[in-house]
Amino acid sequence: MEPVIQVRDLVKQYPGVRAVDGVSFEIPEGICFGLLGPNGAGKTTTVEIMEGVTAPTSGSVLYRGEPLGARFRAEAGIQFQKTALQDFLTVRETLVMFRRLYSHGRDVDDVIRLCALEQLVGRDNRKLSGGQLQRLLLGIALVNDPQVLFLDEPTTGLDPQARHNFWDLIRAIKAEGRTVLLTTHYMEEAYFLCDVIAIMDRGKIIAEGPPSRLLKEHFDDVVLELPREEFGIDPATFPLPVMLAGDRVEISTADVELALRALLDRGIPVRHLQIRPRNLEDLFLELTGRELRT
Amino acid sequence: MNLRRMLAIWSARNLEFLRDRSTLVFNVVMPLALVVAFAVIFGGQPRSLFKIGVLAPPGAALDASLHPFLGTRYADFYAVDPAELVAAIRTVERHQSDLLIDLRAVPRYWVNADSPKGYLAEKLLLESASAVAKREPVTGAAVQYVDWLLPGILGMNMMFSCLFGVGYVVVRYRKSGFLRRLSATPVTAVEFGAAQILSRLMLTVSVSVLVYSALALLIPFRNNGSWFLLLVTAMLGAMCMISLSFMVAARFTSEELANGVINLVSWPMMLLSGVWYSLESAPRWLRIIAEIFPLTQMLEAARAIMLDGAGFADILPRLAALVAMTTAFLGIAGASFRWRPG
Repeated sequence: MEPVIQVRDLVKQYPGVRAVDGVSFEIPEGICFGLLGPNGAGKTTTVEIMEGVTAPTSGSVLYRGEPLGARFRAEAGIQFQKTALQDFLTVRETLVMFRRLYSHGRDVDDVIRLCALEQLVGRDNRKLSGGQLQRLLLGIALVNDPQVLFLDEPTTGLDPQARHNFWDLIRAIKAEGRTVLLTTHYMEEAYFLCDVIAIMDRGKIIAEGPPSRLLKEHFDDVVLELPREEFGIDPATFPLPVMLAGDRVEISTADVELALRALLDRGIPVRHLQIRPRNLEDLFLELTGRELRT
Repeated sequence: MNLRRMLAIWSARNLEFLRDRSTLVFNVVMPLALVVAFAVIFGGQPRSLFKIGVLAPPGAALDASLHPFLGTRYADFYAVDPAELVAAIRTVERHQSDLLIDLRAVPRYWVNADSPKGYLAEKLLLESASAVAKREPVTGAAVQYVDWLLPGILGMNMMFSCLFGVGYVVVRYRKSGFLRRLSATPVTAVEFGAAQILSRLMLTVSVSVLVYSALALLIPFRNNGSWFLLLVTAMLGAMCMISLSFMVAARFTSEELANGVINLVSWPMMLLSGVWYSLESAPRWLRIIAEIFPLTQMLEAARAIMLDGAGFADILPRLAALVAMTTAFLGIAGASFRWRPG
């Protein structure tokens, strides 16, 4: 089946910086595609080119085999990282205004219900909390009943309750067969929502595939976590790789029995020991490094 | 209040202002330009008691060498183009000029018999020379200042509403990202622009009609012409100024810069378009410059309708100028408009 979106050799050159450097990928119909990467990796620029609001230096984006055009704008729903809305308009008025920009779309009441905005319909946009505003922006992105939905860091700045609520909304939208493109800094979010992820760094895609497959490809070990105060010895003297992570130490090993024996032999208590599989955050840090990005 | 935090914000704001070169330059240049303009227009002479139009032979100076009366102090003698004789006589009829003298051949003068200042000016003229000048009496009720001022005030109000209500708002939309969000929808720039223009046109003209109606109930003023023609003039004038504002806002991202440029456009119009006073005695070059302003065209047409009962044919050149300027402004705006900050 033809992919919904095809990105081909995308390049975006700004003075002194190549924000996107030859990116290519495809998004099949009906999946949630996650675009991950550290700050400045080129995610937002890539997404903006895919949304048709930024022109690439070279390369192309095709929607259902055609260059982005009127059909794309009619069938795409977009939630930017930041969008200011008009002052003095209520939530319902805003949704109605955006709904009227499209010839086809959802019933506004349906959008209000889907995005749990019933209690907010009469509220001025300026008086919405961060989570409420994100729900409204998602609602705006849904008013045209989009075939493909772009969500650029939609949960940044939300508290855990609001984030989980948002995840439920995305899953409900996905269950309707919509194609979703998601960028996020939260690996847990990407793992929870995305069928396929692509990790970008320095303008290039450095890994792409289903999260579980990528984890299998890159890791064959698990992580043993212990409170740092209970570990009690110099990590350099331990026979396995040990990493300090806040108030915990993490021991990476493919042989759990060997690691347990090494701990017990050194009198390290294991009553608070936790064993976890590798996750997307491990993969992300493994591929993009641990140095702080600006 | 935490003074330290306040000063931190204060200094950051100062830096922001100082680093925005275009806004800074504008903030310096505009007051300078205004002061210079005031000095040119109003500077030099003490206020005159009489305002007297003079039709002089070509190349003749308006002084006592031409006629002893022109040596009279505290009288403002201004040259009248022979081609504008009819309009000049009308100013005497309206009491806007106290006397009009033709010194090209046998001296003759026009005076409004109902005008007290005209009476005094005529006395001075007759005292000043032994030669008899031919008297051309005219009649006509004085144009009250309110008759003159009302179109000016309404026009000025429309100008500010059109310029700031569109230009400033479009720039704010662009800066906040709202335009960018709209660009991701099927809306085109033309649709967006038309919506802004029509919205403001409707609001501005409605408000003007409301204010005009309310004033008609409160104070007597003159309207000798067609209401419909006045409405058409107001709509074309508003459309022209909205288009001008849209052109200014087509690319800017800084609200402060947009605010400055709109001020740069609006203040000269307010001063030179005849909002507060007639420019008939102003230097010719100044009157020519004033013709480029949409507000001048609108006010001249509106006053012609209201004061002289002018018809469509009389004000057609003014209306055509407004339509031409609107077309040019919209063309430039359409070519340069952008949805997002560059």
